[in-house]
Amino acid sequence: MSELAWIDAAMTAARPQAVGALLRYFRDLDLAEEAFQDACLRALRSWPQKGPPRDPAAWLIMVGRNAAIDQVRRRRRQEALPEEDQISDLDDVEAPLAERLDGADYRDDVLRLLFICCHPDLPATQQIALALRIVSGLSVKQIARAFLVGEAAMEQRITRAKAKVAGAGVPFEAPGPVERAERLSAVAAMIYLVFNEGYSAGAAEQDDRSALPIEAMRLARLLLRLFPAEPEIMGLLALMLLQQSRAAARFDAAGDIVLLEDQNRAHWDRRMIVEGLALIDKAIRHRRRGPYQIQAAIAALHARALRPEDTDWAQIDALYAALEQLEPSPVVTLNRAVAVSKVKGPEAALAMVEPLANRLGGYFYFFGLKGALLAQLGRTAEARAAYDQAISLATTPAQAAHIRQHLDRLAADARS
Amino acid sequence: MLYAFLCYNNEDAVFSWSQEEDDAVMARLAKAHEPLEKAGRFGPSVRLMPTTAATTLRKDSDPPLVIDGPYAETKEQLLGFYVIDCADLEDALSVAREFAKANPGGAYEVRPLRLFAPGTLKAENLAEPATAK
Repeated sequence: MSELAWIDAAMTAARPQAVGALLRYFRDLDLAEEAFQDACLRALRSWPQKGPPRDPAAWLIMVGRNAAIDQVRRRRRQEALPEEDQISDLDDVEAPLAERLDGADYRDDVLRLLFICCHPDLPATQQIALALRIVSGLSVKQIARAFLVGEAAMEQRITRAKAKVAGAGVPFEAPGPVERAERLSAVAAMIYLVFNEGYSAGAAEQDDRSALPIEAMRLARLLLRLFPAEPEIMGLLALMLLQQSRAAARFDAAGDIVLLEDQNRAHWDRRMIVEGLALIDKAIRHRRRGPYQIQAAIAALHARALRPEDTDWAQIDALYAALEQLEPSPVVTLNRAVAVSKVKGPEAALAMVEPLANRLGGYFYFFGLKGALLAQLGRTAEARAAYDQAISLATTPAQAAHIRQHLDRLAADARS
Repeated sequence: MLYAFLCYNNEDAVFSWSQEEDDAVMARLAKAHEPLEKAGRFGPSVRLMPTTAATTLRKDSDPPLVIDGPYAETKEQLLGFYVIDCADLEDALSVAREFAKANPGGAYEVRPLRLFAPGTLKAENLAEPATAK
């Protein structure tokens, strides 16, 4: 790896901790970001000459803090700037700071930085954009591409989101246990949003969005390292790893969605699968089940099946039932119906799906599944009507194309 | 004499590598391994999963204490390691508990592997006959 690439990777890795600590010092997001930028510029000059520091995050925090203090002073025009060498030579101060990096302060710094992006007044897309900008350090251009909007529009969106966050007042006091747990769960939900923003994109958008799932997994890993005994964070990381393991098999050459049961399982990433399974294993020991763990366990059952017919649908049905109990939602019931159709047949599944019509009347997958179940039951005309409705509700070209395949198959069956 | 090479790096940085970067590093390493493998000098090599997948069994108390996460103390030193095939984490921890009874004090960090290569080393060819019989 080239020197520049190494430095870049180290800065990316250190960013959440460094910006989080700088935010605590300065209590101002813009100033914290500026200070981090400054520290990175100095690192680019210093690290190639002096070699990498023992703890890049500690170095960046210290230099960023000094740089920002300088800037405040410079604005006041009171004192001359210290020489660059004085700032960069951190051998003495770095050691105690590095030790403290493992401390609770820094743990809460990162959590706070993530948490301010989850402000309930911010719509999901703004939460994601803000987290990608502030925590992950993605450029506005990269984020704009991921959301398929212009750079100026995204810049404006992020600025507005920042203003809203600043206006809401950042919680700086160290959180109590209950508050910390609440922050963790808000942050976990936001990280999963980041993941899904990338994961749910169509094949054509994968180039621009493929960074999002990777970034989400990186954030979850960071969070788990700070909160190592949280089974739901283990579950979240496991869930994302197990879903992402199928990335290479999810689209065909034409960019159409390949359903789970039609995917070439040889293209599933075994490394991600084994790590996901190891994390679920860890989480289960805590005997504190939660939605991410259950969803991860469902994904694990798919990952464990070498062929679609090996899938343990009865167990998946049971896990969805547990999820329904924990977090009742028509979408969960809809997913459970898929498992029920495999275990008890399409008739039982349809009986489960039909009562959801009121609540899922605008949901693509509702009509997609309803169409499939009706088709299995030989009720072709009704199936066609459901598929037509699905197409009208499709949000990506890939979704519509997928349903059209089903309609074509229905038409072909009718001819033969 | 057999030497163990313990690989340290910043996992944040390493796990931020793209697949291409990772593949490139592994390809360069494979080239470096090759002459040693051919000479029958290359023992088992492993890549560990990230520390987030680790569980630590402290065996200085009875019964031993199981803690999520990697071994984080600095007052003890790494003295050896095993690679053992286990059904799951629970199984691995019960193995660790058995070992702890035989050798209390210190800790075992139990970390799943993401890559295992058995290597080409043959006990009967070793220059130094320090293998357990």
